[in-house]
Amino acid sequence: MKKYDKLVVNAVGRMVPTIINGEEHIPFKGVGKHRPTGRRYGPKIASCADYPDDGNKEITSLKEALIKAGLKDGMTISSHHHFRNGDLIANQIFDIAHELGIKNLRWYPSASFPCQAGLIKYLEDGTINRIEGSMNGPLGKFTSEGNMKGLGVLRSHGGRYQAVQDGEVKIDIAVIAAPTADPFGNANGVNGDAACGLLGFALGDSQYADKVIVVTDNLVPFPCIPWQIHGNYVDYVVKVDKVGLPERIVSGTTQITKSPDRLLIAEMTAEFCEKAGLIYDGFSYQAGAGGTALSIGNYFGDILRKNNWKARFIRAGSNQYPVELLEEGLVEYILDGQTFDLEGIRSMRENPNHVDTSPFTSYNYHSKGNFAAMVDIVVLGATEVDVNFNANVVTHSDGYMLHGIGGWQNTLAGKTTIMPIPLFRDRIPVIRDEVTTICAPGELIDVIVTERGIAINPLRQDLIDATKDSGLPIKTIHQLKEEAEAICGLPEKVELSDEIVAVIKWVDGTVIDSVRKVNT
Amino acid sequence: MGKPGIAGNHDKGIKSDCRVQFELLQSGGLQIEVKSKVQALYGKTITKLASEILSFFDIKNAKILIEDSGALDFVLAARIEAAIKKVIDSKKEFLIPVLDENQNSTKKDQFRFSRLYLPGNSPKLMINAGIHKPNGLILDLEDAVAPSKKFEAKFLVRNALRSLNFYGAERMVRINQIPLGLDDLEFLVPHYANLILVPKCENADDLHQVNDKINDLKKEFNIDNDVWLMPIIESAKGVMNAYEIAQAADNVVAMAIGLEDYTADLGTRRTFEGKESFFARSMVVTAAIAAGIQPIDSVFSDVSNMEALAENVRTSKGLGFDGMGCIHPRQIAVIHENFAPEEAEIEKAKKIVIAFNDAKEKGLGVVSLGSKMIDAPVVKRAQNTITLAINTGKLKKDWLK
Repeated sequence: MKKYDKLVVNAVGRMVPTIINGEEHIPFKGVGKHRPTGRRYGPKIASCADYPDDGNKEITSLKEALIKAGLKDGMTISSHHHFRNGDLIANQIFDIAHELGIKNLRWYPSASFPCQAGLIKYLEDGTINRIEGSMNGPLGKFTSEGNMKGLGVLRSHGGRYQAVQDGEVKIDIAVIAAPTADPFGNANGVNGDAACGLLGFALGDSQYADKVIVVTDNLVPFPCIPWQIHGNYVDYVVKVDKVGLPERIVSGTTQITKSPDRLLIAEMTAEFCEKAGLIYDGFSYQAGAGGTALSIGNYFGDILRKNNWKARFIRAGSNQYPVELLEEGLVEYILDGQTFDLEGIRSMRENPNHVDTSPFTSYNYHSKGNFAAMVDIVVLGATEVDVNFNANVVTHSDGYMLHGIGGWQNTLAGKTTIMPIPLFRDRIPVIRDEVTTICAPGELIDVIVTERGIAINPLRQDLIDATKDSGLPIKTIHQLKEEAEAICGLPEKVELSDEIVAVIKWVDGTVIDSVRKVNT
Repeated sequence: MGKPGIAGNHDKGIKSDCRVQFELLQSGGLQIEVKSKVQALYGKTITKLASEILSFFDIKNAKILIEDSGALDFVLAARIEAAIKKVIDSKKEFLIPVLDENQNSTKKDQFRFSRLYLPGNSPKLMINAGIHKPNGLILDLEDAVAPSKKFEAKFLVRNALRSLNFYGAERMVRINQIPLGLDDLEFLVPHYANLILVPKCENADDLHQVNDKINDLKKEFNIDNDVWLMPIIESAKGVMNAYEIAQAADNVVAMAIGLEDYTADLGTRRTFEGKESFFARSMVVTAAIAAGIQPIDSVFSDVSNMEALAENVRTSKGLGFDGMGCIHPRQIAVIHENFAPEEAEIEKAKKIVIAFNDAKEKGLGVVSLGSKMIDAPVVKRAQNTITLAINTGKLKKDWLK
């Protein structure tokens, strides 16, 4: 089978395949242009007659569970990334598959981490055919150099749910590592040694996979409360000694950046939002857990306090800083997609206003709305932005794919998207004539804040008008690009191979760009 | 062949720098090897620069290895030149173009509230320093540079003076202690340094030696820009000679105190209350004011405690200082905020200036406010307060309208 075939130019001018790993895919048509047809995918109907009356679905080992689930060549195996770099289960799944001589699996993680670099040997020997999910660090390098047998497919968190729901990706076996579970299969992320807060990324997998295995190191008697994952979807429960490494799952404390340059960018971002009138009593924002985003949240807190305002909600990967705002009463709700530190977990456990969410509620584009579009201010990073505001979050300027998409594409639906980024990183200018990989069309990106000036998308005349007398260093994106090049020198053109190693999906399941093999 | 010349830094965690290893060969032409973190985007550019510099120094057979972590051209050029000059003797200098904005002079009495120290051999910290808007940026060749790195740092500082954007901050350099520091001047004066800090200054003669050298260099390189001096008093002897030092020459514009060395000289310890240095600080302030120059306070070294810094600045201002050193960009705003005049001060100054303007308009020789006569020095102080308030963003430029 060819990895890809039938290339066409899509609506953002990028050459993309329409046959990917033997299946048909639709090229990107423009924001909001593609309409799905048909009905959602349905997994096989199960019967209580086939499950134990006492509710005990415990199986002695993961290997036995995988065999019982019918593991065989060519299957799709899913896992979630709530354990981040502390995951111990994904590697075990493929160790077992390798031991059983299974080939050609498709791994469908919600994200990959450097701790899974050990899977490279199974990508090489054909146990795994390809990864469809984010390819971070070593796995990204491996893929970029053209070593993966199948074609990589990168989806956003919302896009991953959408692909499962639409039946584009049929999960044969979902393995859900859970910090706490009961023998029936109810599971949560708030309790146990490996507590990670929530299990939202695994929700779709539990609902749509043919077979679902829950793995835990903290098996409690029924009922496991809260039941973030419902045992009614679960086939087997496995108890292991250790499901993850707590210190790599969450940090004890998250830290606001100490870099004076990043703090300056954060200050400028908050000042921009304030002066543009984007912050008001009852507003909402999304900020990540990176050092710069955290400081922006802190500055937002100062602005709320000063005006005696409240934010209605924060959409977050939560940690101690949003939790402080929640507990101080400056924010009414945290809608949490993943939890980054112990304070975040404590708050989710104790505070009913700290809500666990899933890609279905927050990001799924093929649904009757989602709350990503309701967020007032969205703060995001990028590896590159071009003069048309197109942005890249997956590849670096040298062509290497080193990051996943995460919820990045989905959050762009918010009312104002702001990217606080340095003008250059280690000599490499961030603003390019053309981004290496288009992960988002420029029409969705409104403001770029750098330490040397702020560029507003010409489509946002309202923001341009609102800030023209603000005293902020507003420049055009071309001015910023020239400023960086005056400091760094003109970058050389990077020649990438014509060969495609992965594709980037847009939130509606269409193909927005291809990732090319790097010349080594 | 002989020992290779090595300059610069390359290690895990070091960014925006490079390490250059240069070795002369008998034959075989030029072998340029570049191992760069930014190879794909700047690999050829770096090779081209290296070959340009080698040919500038007429080097025909040599091996050069550049291990780079995203150094800008001015850094690469400084490292390459320093590595070469560790092996060969040459009077020639490979000079990169100088930015237009880096050729200006500064004013004798311009604001020097904040001056940010930058280690003279750490390019990463230099690149964005100006965007934090200190009044002055000090490229430090003295204490912040290890003895083994003093040689290469001079090339880096010279190139930074030419091509680093200071974003309006005064271009200052702290040279090494006299007499060692005199050699540093060759790398500074022809490259438009605005102000030289002379550390551990103990008498007027130190400054005379510096000025002699500066004047020779100005003549040789046809430079007519002003080069100001800021002696730093760091010893008991310096304190006792403060007035002599302050009025040693016309181009002495400010005098600073360095408390770490001063307290060490006294055999005591620097405390937060600063009782041990009260005399020295007052002496420096008084001597500077008597000589008509700016008294500048020592740095505050706890970079994480902004509250304590603010308190320290208020004390400093109370003693009569006009500025303070900083060692972290986050200190700049705190220093400006607290050196800035307070609301009540500004309000009073406004009234005095308005009364003065009125009197001038009416042709009156005497300025009065209410029933009180206002002396000329009071008017001058009020005018200074107003300028200060405008400069620190506390008052609008057009406040009189």
